[in-house]
Amino acid sequence: MGKTLFEKIWDAHVIAQDEGAPAVLYIDAHLVHEVTSPQAFATLRERGLPVRRPDKTFATMDHAIPTRIGAVEVDWPDDAATQVRALRTNCADFGVPLFDIEGDIQGIVHVIGPELGITQPGMTIVCGDSHTSTHGAFGALAFGIGTSEVGHVLATQCLMQKQAKTFAINVEGSLGHGVTAKDIILAIIAKNGAGGGVGYVFEYRGEAIRALDMASRMTICNMSIEGGARAGLIAPDETTFEYINGRTYAPKGDAWDKAVAHWHTLKTDDDAVFDRELTLDATALEPMVTYGTNPGQGVPVTKRVPKASDLEDPAERRSLQSALEYMGLTEGQPIEGQHVDIVFIGSCTNSRIEDLRAAAAIAKGRRVSSHVEALVVPGSKAVKAQAEAEGLDRIFSEAGFEWRGAGCSMCLAMNDDKAGEGKYVASTSNRNFMGRQGPGSRSLLMSPIMAAAAAVNGRVTDVREIL
Amino acid sequence: MQPFTTLTSTALPLRTENVDTDQIIPARYLTAVTQEGMGDGLFSWWRYARDGSPNPDFVLNQPQYQGSEILVAGRNFGIGSSREHAVWALTQYGFRAVISPAFADIFYNNSLKNGLLPIRLPEETVGRLLDLVEEVPHTSMCIDLPSQTVTLPSLDSGGSGEPEGPWTFDIDPFRKHCLLRGLDDLGYLLDKEEQISAFEAAASY
Ligand code: SF4
Repeated sequence: MGKTLFEKIWDAHVIAQDEGAPAVLYIDAHLVHEVTSPQAFATLRERGLPVRRPDKTFATMDHAIPTRIGAVEVDWPDDAATQVRALRTNCADFGVPLFDIEGDIQGIVHVIGPELGITQPGMTIVCGDSHTSTHGAFGALAFGIGTSEVGHVLATQCLMQKQAKTFAINVEGSLGHGVTAKDIILAIIAKNGAGGGVGYVFEYRGEAIRALDMASRMTICNMSIEGGARAGLIAPDETTFEYINGRTYAPKGDAWDKAVAHWHTLKTDDDAVFDRELTLDATALEPMVTYGTNPGQGVPVTKRVPKASDLEDPAERRSLQSALEYMGLTEGQPIEGQHVDIVFIGSCTNSRIEDLRAAAAIAKGRRVSSHVEALVVPGSKAVKAQAEAEGLDRIFSEAGFEWRGAGCSMCLAMNDDKAGEGKYVASTSNRNFMGRQGPGSRSLLMSPIMAAAAAVNGRVTDVREIL
Repeated sequence: MQPFTTLTSTALPLRTENVDTDQIIPARYLTAVTQEGMGDGLFSWWRYARDGSPNPDFVLNQPQYQGSEILVAGRNFGIGSSREHAVWALTQYGFRAVISPAFADIFYNNSLKNGLLPIRLPEETVGRLLDLVEEVPHTSMCIDLPSQTVTLPSLDSGGSGEPEGPWTFDIDPFRKHCLLRGLDDLGYLLDKEEQISAFEAAASY
């Protein structure tokens, strides 16, 4: 019997498998950020250990830092400055390369990894961050780890892992106009549930996936964790190779040819069997919007918020009722037309140049509704520079969006961007948990073009009407 | 890591599904560079009113559940962010075990690495336990890791009076071994140095 892509990468990285113990898995690239690493470096210090492979370790700062343009470090909140200083000291002491906010390269860890060509097919990639699943878009086995495990990888370049089960998600057909990768993944999670992928690694397959560019594939793999799976994979193809070619850390010359030849073998064999499968028809998808407090609580924009009486499972019913109470929404109401106070375009899900271009095309020549506060936060300094070179910053500014520096910003409310109590945020990020975007904030997750349309109209809008 | 063998304690009922790690510990508590002080942030959206005063309706603030070392929660506990701070918050507050029908993968792993025992029991059993501890808050539960069981040694008024259980739970034998002895993964991995070096040499890493 053949192997799935996941099994191929897994088998190539298991360096030890003792009877009755989890496998010891070798890690090819370790990404580090300021929030989940300090305690891991402290463990190394306590035990007098070095970082085993600083050449496979890459650090940046993204979560705690302010993104307001012109925000100077002396004015930062103390705790953000403390974390950033701790990261600088740790990287200097242990010889880990750091993409510092002071330099030319910096951004959300899952945006800069691929951008620099660090992320490559067939690799194992980890980071103390659950959205490490993003890198699976390149056919890399990439997943988030806890801080203890960050310490393990720093010290040994290895992790103890149990092999996950495999789950094929087939997306057939082609997307309609105005329907995006974000809608595919929100639809998958709405169908399969926020816990539906626990214990599995997803592999996204099918015609609709093959047709996507790398930014869109990253959007999909990014939210694998919202579907419960620690990792999501897409087999690499010409689109992948073209994206990687020429990037800073990409192989060059002969090494490139060899790498590509190897990458061509990274696909699920025809006779391989998945533990589970799910098929979705892309042609039937519509733009999606979440109404609740977990990412599985989403509906097509043309539909209504479900009623408790529609649900059979008492736990689901309870979860719906408490979500709607928190969100201030009524069961059975149409989601289209829902009032919006804030629009956030950014995060590791949707802050790449392709996302910003699409949102700018909606913003161009229009105005942000007078009651809406809207911000656009590029995922990296490179995305920001590219957008500025294309004049996207001016389009956004003229339309009334605030243009920012690179970072996580309002995705998680641990820096100075927080949505206020009770505010509705049309957000391109990945989590709509209670308080995620600020105490009492109410997130409505959607695609960048849907968010731009919501900004212009001041309410949830079917973007297809204005495309 | 503190070893885990047996634990007898009252339990705190959290009848909520999909408790994400942002609820367990919100991002604003993540700015610490040590593990200390996380217990104060545990469930802070629910536990404190916006002015910082304790919310008397939230179960963690109710006097009958003070001192409970076992948390019983709805399914999909610990979804979302990989933050190990969520586990630190629970352990520093005083929890040593969490019982739920299902856990998110990263949370489950992080728990095992910090001596917090995550116990998966069937939905009906967890429902029964929630009913019991809501009705009779001083119901004590006994968790025995060597035999992988949860029992209710005695039930007073309000219950049936008969001991209930034992319910057995699954745990990976290796993880059980580590928990019982308080061993962490780092020592095990450091012992693999030879294999790691050989792998790196062979793969021309
Ligand atoms: S953008 Fe949001 S989800 Fe992505 S790494 Fe930053 S905080 Fe996490």
